[in-house]
Amino acid sequence: MIPLTYMMSLSSIIFAIGVAGVIIRRNILVMYMSIELMLNAVNLAFIAIGSRLGSMDGQVIVFFVMTVAAAEAAVGLGIIISSFRNRETMHADDLTLMRW
Amino acid sequence: MTVQFPALALILLFPALGVVFNLFFGARSGRGAVNIVGPGVMFAAFGVATWAFLTLLRMPPGGALVTHLWGWIEAGPFHADLGLRVDALSGVMVMIVTGVGALIHLYSVGYMAHDEDFARFFTYMNLFALSMLILVLADNLLMMFIGWEGVGLCSYLLISFWYTNPQFAYNGRKAFVVTRIGDAGFLLGIFTIVATLGAHGVWTVNFVELRNNAALLGPAAATAACFLLFIGATGKSAQIPLYVWLPDAMVGPTPVSALIHAATMVTAGVYMIARLGFMFTMAPGTLDLVATIGAMTALFAASIALVQPDIKKVLAYSTISQLGYMFLGVGSGAYASGIFHVMTHAFFKGLLFLCAGSVMHALGGEQDMNKMGGLRKKIPITFWTMFIATLAISAIFPFSGYFSKDLILDSAYESGHFWLWLIGVVTAGLTSFYMFRLIFMTFFGESRVDPDKVPHIHESPAVMTIPLIVLAILATVGGWVNIPDQLLWGDTFVRFLAPAVGNFKPVVEASSFDLSLLAIGASLIGVVLAWILYIRLPGIPFLLAWRLKPAYDLLLNKYYIDEVYNFIVTRPLFWVSSNVFRDGIDGFVIDGTAEGAGLAVQTSGEVARRAETGNVQHYAFVYLLGALGVVGYYLFLVTGR
Repeated sequence: MIPLTYMMSLSSIIFAIGVAGVIIRRNILVMYMSIELMLNAVNLAFIAIGSRLGSMDGQVIVFFVMTVAAAEAAVGLGIIISSFRNRETMHADDLTLMRW
Repeated sequence: MTVQFPALALILLFPALGVVFNLFFGARSGRGAVNIVGPGVMFAAFGVATWAFLTLLRMPPGGALVTHLWGWIEAGPFHADLGLRVDALSGVMVMIVTGVGALIHLYSVGYMAHDEDFARFFTYMNLFALSMLILVLADNLLMMFIGWEGVGLCSYLLISFWYTNPQFAYNGRKAFVVTRIGDAGFLLGIFTIVATLGAHGVWTVNFVELRNNAALLGPAAATAACFLLFIGATGKSAQIPLYVWLPDAMVGPTPVSALIHAATMVTAGVYMIARLGFMFTMAPGTLDLVATIGAMTALFAASIALVQPDIKKVLAYSTISQLGYMFLGVGSGAYASGIFHVMTHAFFKGLLFLCAGSVMHALGGEQDMNKMGGLRKKIPITFWTMFIATLAISAIFPFSGYFSKDLILDSAYESGHFWLWLIGVVTAGLTSFYMFRLIFMTFFGESRVDPDKVPHIHESPAVMTIPLIVLAILATVGGWVNIPDQLLWGDTFVRFLAPAVGNFKPVVEASSFDLSLLAIGASLIGVVLAWILYIRLPGIPFLLAWRLKPAYDLLLNKYYIDEVYNFIVTRPLFWVSSNVFRDGIDGFVIDGTAEGAGLAVQTSGEVARRAETGNVQHYAFVYLLGALGVVGYYLFLVTGR
């Protein structure tokens, strides 16, 4: 059996990669993918803890997260495409209309 | 004996209805309706007042009619209700106010016949009558204060009635501000009484309860309270040092001068002192001050009146002088004598002003007596009624002024104020001099009227002359209610008032008859002097004015009191206001605080808005820091402990 520590470590690492991606990468599509990465890292943690505790709750919540992520993907990608059509850019530094 | 008499409320209700009608419907319903409603409500109030007064007369001495309107202030143990009370004192006052008031309202119909603003005029007049009636009918000090302030407001509104003239508007403000100074004293006096009695567990402002508990006040508090109340009286009743507003108040329409600034409002101070006589008697020091101020004012104002060329100014200073007599009377402890003079003065001074108004009406608004003369034959009713009023104010037997002034001088002498009595006698001589000077300059001698105004001269219409005639009758017989003691029905008025204001206790025995002869002698000397100077040898006044130029100028310029006040009060006040309060406090502190607060918000906003970069990653980073902070908090501070 794989120790829980491994699972959690992997989850944390993936989550940290996601966070770093969101903050460091300038391409909004990549930032978006990094967000998905974070969601999946959390899913992994849920599954791991759920299976360790012998509870179905973890898996149930993962389904919810996936549903929300799918909806989010639809909306988020729509926004990104619409933004690109208007501004001809994917660069976060150029999308700063709402500033002082 | 106290009897419930709910109809007293009607005395207030009628003028109040008049105010409402004239204010909201007056201008729309036209002159005819206003001319009926304006005086009509006063006659209705007079009718109810007469009914109440006759009821009072049928009751045994010391009776009173009361009615409770509604509760007003309930604050812990302190309470003040709105209630009306007619006893001998307020009964006399309410008869004067409604009776003379009704006549003057009637006269105004004629006087204001050519004025466009008749509805506003009658609104103010009715409002004044309402306030004055509240003042005299009130059964407690606070309600009296409402009336006290109300009449001040109406006085202001009516002095500056023709507000398009900046000088008139200024004079109205002056009257308001000067009397407000006195009102502050009045209010402080009330506070003193309430606080002192409250310390003894008696929380009241009701006159009857105050009287029953007056002993609790003690001499010190009574003196302080009476002194403060007297300051209020000097403002409202135009005594030294706060008399300066009254001569300037003459720019208002003449019926206003007659009603407010001669017959009723200015006597409020005398009424107040008589009403609180039980308290003033406990404060002999203040009472002496009242008498002294009264006598000084009487002499001072009479001397100014000697040389004034303006017919209304003469009457204004004469009013101040007569009010001084009243204060001399009440200050001597003879409250009834002061009220008696209030009554006769209301008749003859109201009449004098109305006659002056009639003269001005005939001459198209002329007030300068140097441009009058020889009017006797042209406006005979005005002449004869004014002549009667002059005899009355000059205290010539048997006109009303003789009895009241005699009673005051008598009381002053018998209360031991010899010098004040002497001032009073001298003033009696001055009074008859300046009044006959007025009569001679106006009605006798050669006509000095502007030639273009001569064809215009006409007697006033009946609506104006009827009040003159009624008041002339009253000015003649009004004093007979109190002929001297031991004659016929002697002393009736004083004995009638005694339960309400207390008895006068003489300290010096004197023969009333001798005193009376002296006073009437002084009056006659004044008449003869006026006759010599203005009829017999009309050149003399000019010679005197030229020879005694400094003295003449001093009197003509009213002792330069207005200028002195300007210098020591008004100008420093303006300087402090503009330099300290406007530029310093308002301009620097208040504006600085307000603008500084705005500037602080703006500056901090300038700085803080830099955080709003618009870059989503910056926000995400801050969010991350926050999330780490929360996690760290639980990890190290909550679970780690």
